[in-house]
Parts: sequence; C-alpha cells; structure tokens
Amino acid sequence: MSARRIFAQPARYAAIAPYLWMVLFFLVPFGFVLKIGLSQTAIAQPPYVPVFDFTEGWTAIKEAFGQLSFDNFRLLTSDSLYISSYLRSLVVAVTSTLILLLIGYPIAYGMARLPQRWQPIAMMLVIVPFWTSFLIRIYAWVNILQHDGLLNQVLLALHLVSAPVVWLSTDTAMYIGIVYSYLPFMILPLYATLSKLDASLLEAAADLGASPLQAFWLVTFPLSLPGVCAGALLCFIPIIGEFVIPDLLAGSGSMMIGQTLWLEFFTNKDWPVAAAAAVALLVLLVPPLLLYDRLQRRTLAEGA
Amino acid sequence: MASKVNRLSRFNITALALGMAFLYLPIVILVIYSFNASRLVTVWGGWSLRWYYEFFNDRAMLDAAWMSLRVAALSATVATLLGTLAAVGLVRGERFRGRALFSGMLYAPLVMPEVISGLSLLLLFVALNAERGFWTVTIAHTTLTMCFVTVVVQSRLASLDRSLEEAAMDLGCDPVQAFLRVTLPLIVPAIVAGWMLAFTLSLDDVVIASFTTGPGSATLPIRIYSEVRLGVKPEINAICTMVIALIAVVIVIASLASKLSSSEGKSAAPL
Repeated sequence: MSARRIFAQPARYAAIAPYLWMVLFFLVPFGFVLKIGLSQTAIAQPPYVPVFDFTEGWTAIKEAFGQLSFDNFRLLTSDSLYISSYLRSLVVAVTSTLILLLIGYPIAYGMARLPQRWQPIAMMLVIVPFWTSFLIRIYAWVNILQHDGLLNQVLLALHLVSAPVVWLSTDTAMYIGIVYSYLPFMILPLYATLSKLDASLLEAAADLGASPLQAFWLVTFPLSLPGVCAGALLCFIPIIGEFVIPDLLAGSGSMMIGQTLWLEFFTNKDWPVAAAAAVALLVLLVPPLLLYDRLQRRTLAEGA
Repeated sequence: MASKVNRLSRFNITALALGMAFLYLPIVILVIYSFNASRLVTVWGGWSLRWYYEFFNDRAMLDAAWMSLRVAALSATVATLLGTLAAVGLVRGERFRGRALFSGMLYAPLVMPEVISGLSLLLLFVALNAERGFWTVTIAHTTLTMCFVTVVVQSRLASLDRSLEEAAMDLGCDPVQAFLRVTLPLIVPAIVAGWMLAFTLSLDDVVIASFTTGPGSATLPIRIYSEVRLGVKPEINAICTMVIALIAVVIVIASLASKLSSSEGKSAAPL
C-alpha cells in the first residue's frame, strides 16, 4: 500500500536521535573497553596508557593499534583468581537456575490452573515484587538471615535448632537471594507456555489411561519445554554477571566474576585487566544469548 | 466449564500459596520492622516512627535521596522520549540502513551484566574528561532504561492495527498528524508504563551508578548499599519502606493512567 510507504519515511527519522545516543553511549564506550583491555597497565591517573591521542589524528590511532597487546588476556587464562571466578560464576548460575526451575515450575503450573479471572491477578502478584527495588529485596533478606534475625528466632522458638545457625555470608544465603530475585523471571515465561496448553490433550491422555502424573510427564512437561528453556536462559544469563547479591549475602571466600571485576577495577585499579575480564565475560555470554535469541524467534514465528 | 484435568489440586494451591508467601513475606517483615522502636533491629520494642525522624535528620541520606529522585525523573523522561522514538522507528520505519545494529544495541543492555555497562561508560567519561556526578549518572541511566522503554512501547505499537493510521491519512492527515492524533493516544499506556519502569530501574541501580558517579555525589542506593555492607541499621528499614511506598504510588498512578487512556477497555500489561 502506498500509504504505508509514505508513512515509513518520517518514522525512520524518528530513529535518528536514539540511534545517535546509543552509538555515543553504548557502542563507543564498548570500543574503549576493548581498547583498554588491549593496552598496558600504568600506575597513573587514569590507570592505563591513554587510549587514543585525538589531537594527533589518524596516525596516532594507527600507532595505538600497533601497540595492542594480548598480555591482559593471557593473564586471565594464567591467573587462578580469574579462572576460579569464571568457574564459580558458572557453577552458581547453573545451580541457581536448576533451583529456580524446581521452585518456579509448580508456581507457574498452579497459576495456569487458576480460574481464568484469577490468572491476571496472580500474574500481577508475581510482577509487583519485580517492580519493588532489587536492592531493598536483598536487604530484606539480610534482615531475616542475620545472626539474631527472624529466621533464627523462629527456628529457636520452634526448638528446631538449639543454637543460632549462621545463615548470612554463606552460599545458602546467596542462593536464597538469587532465587528470590530471579523467581519472577522464571515464572513468567513458564506461565506463558503453560497457560496456552490445550487442556484437551490432557483429557485425551486421561482417556487413554494415563495417570495424572504420567500425563504431566509425557504431555505437559515436553510441551512446556520452550518455556523451560526461555526461563532458564533468562535467569542464567544475568546471574553469571551478578555482583550485588553475592557481595551482600555470600561469604568472603571465592568470588564470582562480577565481584572480581569490581575489585580489580576499584581496589586494585588495574583497569586494563578489568576491561579484558569484561570482554571475556561477554564472550562467555554469547552462546546462551544466541540460544535465547533463536528460541525467541522460533516462538514468535510459531505464534504468528 | 472446568474440566476434570484442569482443576486446581491441593498441590497447586499449596505451591501457589508458598510461592506468594516467599515473594511477599520478606518485604512485609521489612516494612513492619521499620516501625520498630528498638535500636536492635531484631528485638521488637513497640511501634515508633523514630527511624523515619532519624532519616529526615540525616543530611547525607537526604542529599542522596534528592540526587536519586532528580536522576530518576530526568533520565526516565529522556529515556521515554528516546525509547518511544526508537520504537516508532523500528516498528513503523521498516527497513533502514543499520537497522540490525540499532535493534542489537537496544537489545544488548537488557541482558548485558551491569558491571560491564558501568565499566564501559566510566571509561568513556574518563576519556572525555567529563566531571562525574549528576550528569554522568543521568546519561548512564538514560542509556540503560531507554532500552526497556523501547521494548515496552515496541510491543504495544506492533500489536496496533495499522489501518487506523492509513484511514487517518486517507482522511487527509499527513503521516506526522496521523501519528500524533491516532497512534500516540493509543500507545500512551505503554509510554506511561515505560516511564515508570525507567524511573524505578533508575531509583534501584547501584552498580552503574557506582561506576559513573564521582566522589561526593552518591545516589540513595549507593548509600544504602555501603550502609548494608557495614551491617543492618534500623534507619535503612525506614528508608527502604519509603522507597517501596514511593514505587507503589508510581505503580498505582501509572495503572490508573493507563486504565483511563486505554480506549479498548483493555488495560496495558504492567510490563
């Protein structure tokens, strides 16, 4: 239609301002991260050899590229601090995602079985904590988990333990915090697939003699796999780079890569290595991101 | 209507009840304890507004709260403007040069760890020799939150019937008029939702703000964060309760606004 074509023109111009903004404040800074990850450490302010000397123009830029070194990346692979941080991030993200699936699935399933008019309300109830400040929700757990906090008080009152249990600054506390914060991200995609499930399939399974449990395992669960994958990736990806939760709730033992990066940047002031670590972290995230993107595309294509 | 297999079992109800309790109990406990008179966070000493008074006498905390509110309001507004434009460009602009790069850039910050976004922006500001403080944090938050606004407005815009605009143009509107008079009113709920999402995200952020702010200009989350690292203080409970109340008010106003403006009587999803 010709009207469409006419309309397309001004709409394109609408994108100019946000496009420029993103190039300036997203793409260009990322170029800086790459460049600094490839430059030498210097004990100075700022603590790296200057990126580009813009005043000297093109030759300076060419020269700068000539001086790039992969030393920082080599350091990442040889320093056990980094290797163990990456490994810990992976372990924490995988474990948390599994726990999230185990807890989120029954909740999403229950939501999908609610009477129609209750479902939007249940969804709102899941979304509202997501709106409530993330930091405050973690802090609420610090309150509960501390030495003389509510959890220990309840456990002592019920005579389940004889002495206060150390919760804060343990991996248990960190997992509680992560599961708590990311639960809505797991429930919503699961609920989206489960609520679209055709109930007649389950009736058919029942008619054919399947017990409810068999029907769930042979029909419902396989059909909900796209939601399972979407939810798992949606949680796994951000948990890898998590900083605030492990910092506030986990012990001071081994660190996740987000914490190591932070420490390297602010405490050790080794910006080149921190930048290299950031690049490596992004590379680590590319496979799950591509997977998620592909999944989304397929779901959209099926929906259309 | 409800078939046999579709019925709520006891298991479903238990899972739902436990899930909701898990989501809400910590917040409820926090709010209750903010009215605790006792200095010890864990000992109940009766109801009191003591820690609220304490907050309003804490100069540093008040400054931080004021800074946070200004950053959140300004960055949410700019982000809503830019994010809406980006959504219009992506949905209605069809193909243009660099479209894939553009949508990629808008998508990446949603999933990229905040530590990386913060670090890269800091390196930019250092290279530009920009003085870090209010403006750098605002720019950083605008960049991050406009991506969320774009997603929210984009999904609303994509589900809109395009023939409405075409009809307006057949009736003599130029494309810009058609957009302003027909499309814009229809996407207002999504724009409002986008603004409030941007506002709450900005009000919540510790990591990016820590990277992009300078000495002496901390936002509220940065201050809360450094206090929490030193241990729990009852004053923090009061501050957190006030932030929760503020966000609740924003959500209520925004959902009322979207209910009023949504002409099909179908209110916009809050996300």
